[in-house]
Parts: sequence; C-alpha cells; structure tokens
Amino acid sequence: MIDLADVSYAYPDTDHYVLSHVNLKVEPGTVTGIVGASGSGKTTLAKIISGFIPHVDGGELSGSVVVDGATIADVTLSEAVSHVGLVIQSPFNQISGAKFTVREELAFGLENLGVAREEMAERVTAVAELLGITGLLERSPYALSGGQQQLVAIASMIIMNTPVLVMDEPTSQLDPGGTRMVFDVMSSLRDAGITLVVFEHKLELLREHADIVHVLAESQLIASGPSRAMLADPRLEKWGIGSTRFTAAAAAARDRKLLSKDAELPVSLTDAVPEFRAFAAKKGA
Amino acid sequence: MDVSFDGVRYTYPGGVEAVKGVTLAIPSGQRFAIVGQNGAGKTTLVRHLNGIFQPTEGTVHVGDWTTTGHTIAELSAKVGYVFQNPDEQLFARRVIDDVAFGPRNLGFDLDRAEALVAAALEQTGLSAEAETHPHHLSLSERKRVALAAVLAMDTPIVVLDEPTTGQDERGVRMIATIVEKLQSEGRTVIAITHDMDFCAENFERTVVMAQGEVLADGAPSEVFIQDAVLEKARVEAPQLARLADALGWASRPLTVDSFVDSLPAHRR
Ligand SMILES: Nc1ncnc2c1ncn2[C@@H]1O[C@H](COP(=O)(O)OP(=O)(O)OP(=O)(O)O)[C@@H](O)[C@H]1O
Ligand SMILES: Nc1ncnc2c1ncn2[C@@H]1O[C@H](COP(=O)(O)OP(=O)(O)O)[C@@H](O)[C@H]1O
Ligand SMILES: [Mg+2]
Ligand SMILES: [Mg+2]
Repeated sequence: MIDLADVSYAYPDTDHYVLSHVNLKVEPGTVTGIVGASGSGKTTLAKIISGFIPHVDGGELSGSVVVDGATIADVTLSEAVSHVGLVIQSPFNQISGAKFTVREELAFGLENLGVAREEMAERVTAVAELLGITGLLERSPYALSGGQQQLVAIASMIIMNTPVLVMDEPTSQLDPGGTRMVFDVMSSLRDAGITLVVFEHKLELLREHADIVHVLAESQLIASGPSRAMLADPRLEKWGIGSTRFTAAAAAARDRKLLSKDAELPVSLTDAVPEFRAFAAKKGA
Repeated sequence: MDVSFDGVRYTYPGGVEAVKGVTLAIPSGQRFAIVGQNGAGKTTLVRHLNGIFQPTEGTVHVGDWTTTGHTIAELSAKVGYVFQNPDEQLFARRVIDDVAFGPRNLGFDLDRAEALVAAALEQTGLSAEAETHPHHLSLSERKRVALAAVLAMDTPIVVLDEPTTGQDERGVRMIATIVEKLQSEGRTVIAITHDMDFCAENFERTVVMAQGEVLADGAPSEVFIQDAVLEKARVEAPQLARLADALGWASRPLTVDSFVDSLPAHRR
C-alpha cells in the first residue's frame, strides 16, 4: 500500500540529509508504528509519505514514493490527499482558519470535494461521536483546549476516509483516556481496511495496537519487527527511544536474578502480568 | 515564593465556565503537578498566575500580591509561564533572541542576562541551536526553546504547561533534571502534565482536575490510589502502579526501583 524505495531528503537551503536511503513497505489494512528520537526525521517522513514534501515544503527529494498506487511526486497535492491523509504534529496548525464552528471545520474538506450536504452532515455527526467531541460541535475551533483541538484535527482527517492515514504524534496533547480512545479508533479503522502509519513516543500503546514497528535513527529506518520484540529491544536505548516502565522493571528484576533470563521482556501491562505472575508462583529462594 | 487560588472561577467571554471554584495554596519551593482530562481547566487556571487571565470570581495571590493589583509585566518578573503551544510564545528569528527577550525586557544588566541565556540554552540542550531559526526546529525542540526563554527570566515561580509533550526519552530526562534544579534553588515549580510516570517520579504533590474542579490533592502515592477520581478525570495510575494492581498487590509502587524492591515480598 505504501512503497518507499531509496528515499533521501534535505530541507531547502540545507545540505544536510535528514533522511538517507530509506526503504519502507507497508501492507494494506495494517497499523504501522514508527518510533524515533526527537529530530530523527519522523515529521519529515510523515510529510514525504503524504506528499507535503515535495509539494509544499520543497527541498531535495530523491527515490520513489508510491502510495495507494499513486506516484506521489508525479501527482498534484490535491490528488495526493485523496490517497493519503496526514494528521500533523501541531494540532494548532491543522485548523483551517476558514470556519467559525467545529462542525463547519469538520465539514470543510468534504465541502471542497463537493460532497452532498446531507451526507456531509451525517459524516460529521458520526466522526464527532467516534472521537467524543459531539459537545464541541457548535464551539469555535480556536476556543478549545489543546487536547480538544487535537481531537478536532484527528477527526478532520478521519472524516476524509482516505485509504491511507498518516498520524504524526496524534496523542501528544491527550489525556490518558483520550489517548486510549484514539488508539482504539485506529484499530477499528484498520479493521475496516484502512492503512495507518503512526509516529508515536507512547510505546505502551504502540505495543498494543501496531502490527509492526519500525525504528527511525541515523537518518534511516534502521530496524523493524513485531511490536513486542521491537519495543523491548535493548538497542532502543542507544537510539534515544527508551523503554516502558514495564520493560525497565523486568530488566532490573533480571539483573537482580528475580526473573529468569529466558523470559521475553514485556512492553505493556498485558505482557507484564503473566511474566510477573509466573515469578510470584515460584518458590522463593 | 508561594501562590494561592481562593475560590477562583473563570468564565470565557463566550460563556464557557472553565474553572468553577478552585481553592489551592502552593507553598514556596514545592514541585506541584496538575493532571486531568482534556478541557478540565488546567491551562485556564495557571494562566491566572501571570495575569493573562483575571478571575471572574475569587482571588489569586502571588507572594503577597493580589494579581488584580498588578500588570502582566510586573507579574512576569515573578512567574515564568511556558506555553502549551510554543508557537504562541516564540516570535524571533533566532533561538537566542527568543531566549534573550525575557531577561532584556526585565531590565537585567547585560552580564547577568548573557549568563542566564547561556545557562538556559545549555540546560535545554540547545546551545548548538542558538543561531537557528525556530521555524527550522522540530516541535519538541521549539518546546524546549520556549522553556529556555522562561528559565532565562530567573523567576521565583516557574509554570510548565505540558513540558514533556513530544519529547523523547532524553528530552524528558532533561526536563526532570531542570525541575529538580529549580526546586534545589528554592523555586516553586507548577507543571501540567498528561504523563503520569513523569508526574509520579518528579513531583511531591499532585492535583487532579476535571470539569473545572479539583477532585483530589495529595502526594502521588495518595492520589494514584483513588480509582474513582482517576476514572472521572480520564487519567490512569503510572505504569507500575497499574501492574502492581493487576498482580493483586496491596501497595502501588510508583517507580521502577520501588517496584523491583517490593518483588521478593510478593513471592508466594
Ligand atoms: N480561548 C477560549 N475561549 C473559550 N473557551 C475556551 C478557550 N480556551 C479554552 N476554552 C475552554 O475552557 C475549558 C478549559 O480549557 P483549558 O485549555 O483550560 O483545558 P486544559 O485542562 O488545559 O485541557 P488540555 O489538557 O486539553 O490542554 C474547555 O472547555 C475549553 O474548551
Ligand atoms: N523546515 C525545516 N528546515 C530545515 N530543517 C528542518 C526543518 N524541519 C525540520 N528540520 C530538521 O530536520 C530534522 C528532522 O526533523 P523532524 O522530521 O521534525 O524530526 P522529528 O519529527 O523526528 O522530531 C531535525 O534536525 C530538524 O531540525
Ligand atoms: Mg516531529
Ligand atoms: Mg491545557
């Protein structure tokens, strides 16, 4: 569904390649997680997949980017956005500035596509319900808290119903309950056949929802694997990504010989419970 | 310097009642965290401290001042506020100019201002970016520029609105170190956060807010056992506290060390 081959990129007026020789293949109907330290190029990669680079930001892009059958460099931005939506990192900037209410803001993209009024209204109602923002529909998109703006930004992309959705740290401003809700929504979109790529620091949630995780470091997608194995990988430390407290506690328990070395390191609560239960069941030394 | 909110209510011009009667006293030198659901009124509440907002009802004290009696300019010598959205705070073309703006504006002499700016850039890991246009930085870096700009103002009270947002592990550690340093210098640190592990590991007192009100107030160890409150405010306990709970432990350790220390006792 997404095929990046030998992609390299430098921002305009710089000679520094933020990404170099990146390859990425994404299967349709999956959730792909991408983790990376600050400045590793997550936002840059998100913009490349969704066509904002090179169509908006310019710069020097080489290699090939094919998304949903479209060669992104060869199509216009307005065609690109019919294949792939991008939830940008700063929700404060996703709001169009053209509309007075959240309801109108959510309908804005559909309006541009000429979607019939009735269908538009139905889709706005449905997406607002999905993200728990029905109560905000009549409010100004600017008169919202940071987290509420982020939910509106996410809703404004989900409503477009693109086959591919890229999300750049979509839960950064959300409370823990809202974060779980957005990840649950991602999983249900995946189950409905949509392909998702999510850039995130919240490793516990990625473990629970991503089918595969890639690591962005040293200007490349340097490693990938199933979520548990990849997110418990000790090399994450050196790549500046860290680990969950579940992984850290299990690793510390191993060092103190309280857990066996054979046990796979847990990443999430669900992983950790059986590992530590098995420990508790053993007779003390 | 201490601060207090006394029966504070705030209603936005459009009619949204964001803060509905908050009374809190935060003593000088405390590391104080606010957690709670999106839209709970956290940002609205702390924006009273430097006079961006004046309470619709009630009073806010900063040291022995009542905020209504002082201008934003006067208050900003006492309270540094790092915005939730750095792009609302930053405006200069070079990182160093954004960071130097505060101390210059407060009228510090050149040597002192220069030293403060250098120290602020250093602490936030931005020394190498002094000449960079903030627009060319990633969001998490801009967030640290916003923090540096406030540190350079050398205020007795520092308010951080979601400081760890978008930070990687190194960034979070950097911020934890700054919080610790500020406290060791006797400053009051008030932080809003959605990261419960960061909260439990770095703050001595936590307040939980939902729908404009304070639902719980205490040490993290006292707050993160109040399940009904946590649920109502859409927050959850730190990771290892949740694990201990799932394992049926009576205690809820908040840190990796305390969890691992309690392990042997839970072997049957
Ligand atoms: N400029 C504004 N005009 C009108 N209402 C606003 C404005 N800013 C925020 N609100 C509303 O006030 C309430 C409190 O918002 P506030 O920004 O204080 O929440 P918060 O707790 O900081 O949330 P978050 O965790 O999402 O940042 C919310 O209902 C919000 O929609
Ligand atoms: N508009 C820009 N011009 C020049 N450099 C940029 C621009 N945007 C980002 N960069 C640089 O590119 C690198 C990757 O940034 P980014 O993709 O935002 O990283 P991440 O999202 O992983 O934090 C960083 O070194 C950043 O400073
Ligand atoms: Mg980014
Ligand atoms: Mg806020």
